[in-house]
Amino acid sequence: MTDTRHTLVALVEDKPGVLNRVASLFRRRSFNIQSLAVGGSEHSGLSRMTIVAVGDSAQIEQVRKQLEKLINVVKVSDITEEGMVTRELALIKVKTTASTRSEIMQIVGVFRANIVDVAPGSLTVEVTGDEDKVNSLLRLLRDFGIKEISRTGRIALTRGSSS
Amino acid sequence: MKKTGAQILCESLINEGVEVIFGILGGSVLPIYDTFPQYTKLRHILVRHEQGAAHAADGYARATHKAGVCIATSGPGATNLVTGIACAYMDSAPMVAITGQVARSVIGRDAFQEMDITGITIPITKHNYLVTDVTELAKTVKEAFHIAQTGRPGPVLIDIPRDVQQEQTDFIYPDKVDLPGYRVISRGHPSQIKKAAKLINEAEQPVIIAGRGIIISQAYDEFREFAEKAQLPVAHTLLGLGSFPGDHILDLGMMGMHGTPCANLAVQNADLLIAVGMRFDDRATANTEEFAPNARVIHIDIDPAEIGKNIPAEVPVVGDTKSVLTALNEEVKKGEHVDWLSQIEQWRCEYPSLEIRETDEVLPQYIINQIYEATRGDALIVTGVGQNQMWAARYFVYTKPDSLISAGGLGPMGFELPAAMGAKIGRPEKVVWCIAGDGGFQMTIQELATITQEDIAVKIAIMNNGYLGMVRQWQELFYGRRYVGTKLWNPDFVKIGEAYGIPGIKVKRREEVIPAIQKAMEYPGAFLVDFLIEPEENIYPIVPPGECLARFFQPSKPEVLEGRF
Repeated sequence: MTDTRHTLVALVEDKPGVLNRVASLFRRRSFNIQSLAVGGSEHSGLSRMTIVAVGDSAQIEQVRKQLEKLINVVKVSDITEEGMVTRELALIKVKTTASTRSEIMQIVGVFRANIVDVAPGSLTVEVTGDEDKVNSLLRLLRDFGIKEISRTGRIALTRGSSS
Repeated sequence: MKKTGAQILCESLINEGVEVIFGILGGSVLPIYDTFPQYTKLRHILVRHEQGAAHAADGYARATHKAGVCIATSGPGATNLVTGIACAYMDSAPMVAITGQVARSVIGRDAFQEMDITGITIPITKHNYLVTDVTELAKTVKEAFHIAQTGRPGPVLIDIPRDVQQEQTDFIYPDKVDLPGYRVISRGHPSQIKKAAKLINEAEQPVIIAGRGIIISQAYDEFREFAEKAQLPVAHTLLGLGSFPGDHILDLGMMGMHGTPCANLAVQNADLLIAVGMRFDDRATANTEEFAPNARVIHIDIDPAEIGKNIPAEVPVVGDTKSVLTALNEEVKKGEHVDWLSQIEQWRCEYPSLEIRETDEVLPQYIINQIYEATRGDALIVTGVGQNQMWAARYFVYTKPDSLISAGGLGPMGFELPAAMGAKIGRPEKVVWCIAGDGGFQMTIQELATITQEDIAVKIAIMNNGYLGMVRQWQELFYGRRYVGTKLWNPDFVKIGEAYGIPGIKVKRREEVIPAIQKAMEYPGAFLVDFLIEPEENIYPIVPPGECLARFFQPSKPEVLEGRF
């Protein structure tokens, strides 16, 4: 079986230590997390976690079942095979000079990204999209010199009315 | 009327039917201990080391099928529990461990005896709690017992800061738990059960692998009916011994690294394996790549995460073994398997499992077998870890339910004495034999004081070979007989026993074995027998690491080890 990227979505109780329990489980069972994002959900008291993990389908199924055993984890789904919407947000601080600023702004415009801070010598771009889009923009901006990047990691929902 | 956190804890424990608590006090649990005299229904057993408290609670739990309770203070008290909690976790024993914590105002400041025990025990508990509000305490205890004792049982830890123990609130014990993330699937899916039955009905060379799940759900009758109706031979994991009569014609004994050849060959040649309440531990399967190459696999377990973890299952059935077996018994047809069972009989004759060589030396196999004879199998055998454990597994015939308590998963030496204590307190009517090695015995030897102080009538048999025997055996077989760090200088265990107020005798010759066992059994209290066994006696057969189950080594089959050095 081949390793692929899987997107797991978990509804977890909003209690102290839950993130630690989830992270500890991944480490303990030698499962590899590529990104993990967590925030509120539509249910009060429950958070939604989006975890991108790499492995073959048997390994990922084992991860899913181990996660479900955690008392504070209410439900876990591997939505990789389902229709899903995924987004990531990145903040990118790019070096600028008087001569490059307009070119950068043009690129930002093409990507429908926003400039959220301008300073002498740099500007900060906010971009939202799937990882490919974020990576493409990063590639283009790299030539100008990137000072800092902060990425949220993937968040995901299944499309339409499911669950 | 308002009650303190300490009182709420005690009342909650009583509500849960707790009768015994194993523990040691310290600063952070003083308010709880100060409250104990108000609750005479709770018997506190003062152990001599917190590891002993946890193992004793574990032994108690396995003997009674109720959660064992242990208590320790913050910091070192809590960290000393860790080995015992991990052991209960690996073997799915229900336990509630209570620890004191420093006051809330100093948590996170590295206060004296502060330790993040909930952080430390995340990977070795089914769940754990830090109670930061006294109004949450009763609910927490209720949840802890529910989680520990249902589904696949396991340990739950409750960490209670000292000031929470002193804070007051109204005591209302909830009658229900609300755990949206905790579901137990107890009934197997009917269509999976039908599929399983079909495979069983069609199999020609089926073998059951019986695990501790049968014992946990006390499904002895249903399991026996199942095996007998479909005529399915039964191999056991270590912890599955006692789930099926060991003297039954269908019983093959233990499989695995030190399993009987008959069990190993049957499993390896099976066309269908029916794994019941077991988790395909590596000591049971040996090399998984070559494990039972022609077998289809039905895996029955209450924990969905066990399905496919180590060995892929063609037909998984998630559910409580008792419920699943009851349903299966409706579906399976009467079986015969004449050819297969006669092939198994042939292996059984070729490799007799209870054969003990004639010699004047004191052989551990003989001792264990004589304890079986003397008790007629009606005893609780509590073992240590290592050779003593394997001899106890192989040479006692487990004819009765619940007759073996052994630390299978974690394998902590020193389990035997405190676990035997806990088992005897839980089942005072039973004869309890603690089978110890001379190495492991010294890891929790201080519990001899507990045994005397609390008058716990366990019979202690030390398999004294002057070595860390199992490791020495590995050095002999796989490390060119280079004995590094395995030779033990030992104290005189009989004198040690005497110093602790426990009578005992030393056995140096074979003919002294039976009288010594008799004497121990006749003595009304705890009794110690120091058996000076043949120092380099090995446990055979052994499947060398990396080999498959059929490639077991014993002196009559030297070819298995050829070329290993």
